[in-house]
Amino acid sequence: MKKKNILPQLLLTFIKIGLFTFGGGYAMISVIENICVEKKKWITHEDMVNVTVIAESTPGPIAINCATFVGYKQAGVPGSIAATFGIVLPSFIVITLISMFFDNFLEIRIVADAFKGIKVGVAVLIIDVAFKMIKKMKKDTLSLILMAGSLCIMLAVNIFSVKFSSISLLIIAAVISLIVFAVREGRAKL
Amino acid sequence: MIYLELFYAFLKVGCFAFGGAYAAIPLIRDTVLAYGWLNDETLSYLIAVSESTPGPIMVNLATYVGNTQGGVFGAALATLGVILPAFLIIIIIMSLIKNVMDNRCFKAVLDGLNACVIGIIAATGLYMLLKSCFSLKEGFSYDKKAVITAVILIAAGEIYRKIKKKKISPITTIVLSAVIGAVVYGF
Repeated sequence: MKKKNILPQLLLTFIKIGLFTFGGGYAMISVIENICVEKKKWITHEDMVNVTVIAESTPGPIAINCATFVGYKQAGVPGSIAATFGIVLPSFIVITLISMFFDNFLEIRIVADAFKGIKVGVAVLIIDVAFKMIKKMKKDTLSLILMAGSLCIMLAVNIFSVKFSSISLLIIAAVISLIVFAVREGRAKL
Repeated sequence: MIYLELFYAFLKVGCFAFGGAYAAIPLIRDTVLAYGWLNDETLSYLIAVSESTPGPIMVNLATYVGNTQGGVFGAALATLGVILPAFLIIIIIMSLIKNVMDNRCFKAVLDGLNACVIGIIAATGLYMLLKSCFSLKEGFSYDKKAVITAVILIAAGEIYRKIKKKKISPITTIVLSAVIGAVVYGF
């Protein structure tokens, strides 16, 4: 990778990603996976899953965490600034225009209709990226149980609108993995 | 001073907003109501706008509130506030991670967290699809147009893959879903 023109490349790529990320962070994972892992090969699939974990367990928008991570990996702090600036720019401009000119943005018929379609599209993208991650994940018993367990719990939490943050789920998963690790280490020493 | 207030308020949101925008909405609500920047009605409208415009939802909200309270400069400060914690945390973790990654115990925990996050993502996607297609509010009902959109979208993806031997890109999927939505719901 030529470091010379990496900064403008990061900036332009993340402007593009920012422009097409609707419906929050998970949908963007699918776009980043497509562009930064498959096309540009800036990060690996494992990196992508790891940064998702970091993004989930740290505060702030997931998209910002991801952009900062990819930018930093490519070109250190300047790279992370370029990527983060790029991903924020499109929404900044779009929202500024909306707040200035459109009081009733969502009442524009074609916007509302297109958005209903996009909602379905975003869901399909998220399911797609989840399947891809399941296919590539470690298939040991513990991982499979944790994956299936959190899937069922989150689905139930959403459907019955229970107040339960995904952070609590992550903490539980961390504790379980830690206990299993400790038990295995203990057995290996005996 | 409105600029400082905007920056500080959204910095606080950025620091404590765990688990994505939806989990953070109560925190955002408390903040904007406390300052009197939005009321409940404008907030729910804005969340809908943020969902239907590109970009992270929290950034969209910060930009909008900043704009209405302090113009473009206010918007820039509010946005900077909301993204700064996430940005700094990643930089810090990245500069530490090389040493941490070799630790076997840390790796075991990370593997467990990976599996958990994959489950959460799968659940979120499935729930979003279910929510746009079906409703349980007044008995069981379903949105025929959403189902049609989903079927066309998945079919188009499969056909593209058969012909081109590669997967349809997420950006194309988004553009396609907007077009299908405009057509299916428009008629």
